[in-house]
Amino acid sequence: MTKTLFTNARLIRAVALTDNPGAMLIEGDSIAEVYDDTHPTVKDAQIIDCGGMCLAPGIIDIGVKISEPGERHKESFRSAGRAAAAGGVTTIVTRPDTLPAIDTPETLEFVERRASQDAPVNVLPMAALTKGRNGREMTEIGFLQDAGAVAFTDCDRVVTNTKVFSRALTYARSLDALVIGHVQEPGLSDGAAVTSGKFASLRGLPGVSPMAERMGLDRDIGLLEMTGAKYHIDQITTARALPALERAKRNGIDITAGVGIHHLTLNEFDVADYRTFFKLKPPLRSEDDRLAVVQAVADGLIDIICSMHTPQDEESKRLPYEEAASGAVGLETLLPAALRLYHEGLIDLPRLFRALSLNPAQRLGLRGGRMRPGHPADLVLFDPDAPFVLDRSTLLSKSKNTPFDGARMQGKVLGTWVAGQEVSGRL
Amino acid sequence: MSFRARHLLGIEHLAPDEITTLLDLADQYADHNRQGRSHKDVLAGITQINMFFENSTRTQASFELAGKRLGADVMNMAMQASSIKKGETLIDTALTLNAMHPDLLVVRHPNSGAVDLLAQKVNGAVLNAGDGPHEHPTQALLDALTIRRAKGRLHRLSIAICGDIAHSRVARSNIMLLGKMENRIRLIAPPTLMPSGMSEFGVEVFETMEQGLQDVDVVMMLRLQKERMDGGFIPSEREYFHRYGLDAAKLRHAKDDAIVMHPGPMNRGVEIDGTIADDINRSVIQTQVEMGVAVRMAAMDLLARNLRAARKAETVMA
Repeated sequence: MTKTLFTNARLIRAVALTDNPGAMLIEGDSIAEVYDDTHPTVKDAQIIDCGGMCLAPGIIDIGVKISEPGERHKESFRSAGRAAAAGGVTTIVTRPDTLPAIDTPETLEFVERRASQDAPVNVLPMAALTKGRNGREMTEIGFLQDAGAVAFTDCDRVVTNTKVFSRALTYARSLDALVIGHVQEPGLSDGAAVTSGKFASLRGLPGVSPMAERMGLDRDIGLLEMTGAKYHIDQITTARALPALERAKRNGIDITAGVGIHHLTLNEFDVADYRTFFKLKPPLRSEDDRLAVVQAVADGLIDIICSMHTPQDEESKRLPYEEAASGAVGLETLLPAALRLYHEGLIDLPRLFRALSLNPAQRLGLRGGRMRPGHPADLVLFDPDAPFVLDRSTLLSKSKNTPFDGARMQGKVLGTWVAGQEVSGRL
Repeated sequence: MSFRARHLLGIEHLAPDEITTLLDLADQYADHNRQGRSHKDVLAGITQINMFFENSTRTQASFELAGKRLGADVMNMAMQASSIKKGETLIDTALTLNAMHPDLLVVRHPNSGAVDLLAQKVNGAVLNAGDGPHEHPTQALLDALTIRRAKGRLHRLSIAICGDIAHSRVARSNIMLLGKMENRIRLIAPPTLMPSGMSEFGVEVFETMEQGLQDVDVVMMLRLQKERMDGGFIPSEREYFHRYGLDAAKLRHAKDDAIVMHPGPMNRGVEIDGTIADDINRSVIQTQVEMGVAVRMAAMDLLARNLRAARKAETVMA
């Protein structure tokens, strides 16, 4: 078995929450040993000198939209896989909101086949919770789980019929299946393009109160108390939702929460003169909300950071703001954007990787996210300080709809390893 | 002169001195229009295209007349009935039109920000004739000119804007313009028709006409769009008229010499009592229409000057 020794590394460990110099040996597809010594002696090992740079568990990104099947011109498994490798993402957990939706074992098999042929990183598919994501009948959760679905979600569509939703949650509980939900009160948020408030009023755009998120969360907490299902919220983006989340966790409800990287690093005023690349779902929030949510990630109340990678072509974005499509690509910019929080002193690196890697692994029951012997050698090596100006034309995603075009960023991925194999890198 | 803008997309990006420059010129045009003096040379050789993606009779007529009085070649395009229905995107429409080399493009669109988007893609000067509930700059400028001529100044006045502020581009442009010129602005609306966060704009917010109209110099009424009834914003037209419609009793709370304005078209008996609208001592509604032509003449004149100067500079550079 091939042995590779990473020497002179800065090890970011999310379980112990440490950030120390050290070294790591990988053998085959697994981690073999972790050392406090930066230059241990190991026979017959190929040596990679990390030059004091950060070595961390690879990012596990829950909620990536790959536009296969249906809109392959926006993103394919190959392009998304390459973007992920360049961004230090070693596992993509794909969304089922494709055309058609991934709601049968047959469509799920298509996804798995395409992924294994084309993507250099791990791809784990999610399946729809209801057929066609229409909120009326639950999908074949058991068959889909057997076929490899790691979670069930209707993505940004809320199951409005609580009877349907409660049955799906109850059925999912019997299979110990994870359900991922989008918490927005659908009536209040109908037709909204931005968050209500000064900015919405200034621009004359239809807004939604941040309260819609709290109301959606409250409803779902009630249903979870009723059904006992295992539940993850895709994105919590407002301060007002946090106390309810904290209470639900304290009361022993099996609930976790994520947040998209754009809501952690941008606010509603970034939309400026109708810049549609900043149109997201839910919409960007106030600066107060952003800071509260960042703090919740640092405290561990919000468990997971994801990219909410959503490729959109130029045609669907070059429209009047209300009519433009929502979403932004994020696989390649997730790490440098997250490092903004580190450079601002809002969160340290181990806690960042707890949210980027360890917690998503734990929630999905994966063995990744830990730098311990026997665990998969899914790793990212990065320079946290290297400055650059993002040019969207250099992105590997087929779609270039990033809000960070022209932004000054810090943090470059030097190498990404999946199961011990290097999949991209500049070393 | 100091008017530097390339397009007239909104009041937000105009400086107070630019507003004053435009109003001074419009003031002259208003006098000349009354005297019947012609200015066919000002926009001679200039092509003006009016693109209305949303119904309009008054604004379109006003822009058309303004262009013709200054000698422009004016063309009207009813976009509702045309290519948009065939699935063409706004950007493609803009590029197609741009290839015809229009000098002045007057655009109205039902979406906020759509006129800004279009302006990024064309070489001529773009005038926003209303984009969604965002801005309607020439309406705010004509209101300002009407106030200035009636009150002798455009600063340190107390001005009430009343009615459906949430859906009104007229209100937004007026709040910005009157704020830039250092006036005291009072907004009066039922809370369902008041946009959120308005108190952060440096205006006072009221929920009753009696409080809001206290000692104001100007009462600006807004049109209540009938389609708002379906959205459940207000219970009924008659209750709205009772609580927010401008009648003699409510107007008594304003100053004795307060003027009454309305951007038209009016719903008599919904937001304004007919006798108030027709009261020649109080209502300046007809003057607003007259000033509209003058303001649009001034705006197109100034933009055409900037356009010609820019083209001349390009030629010299080449």
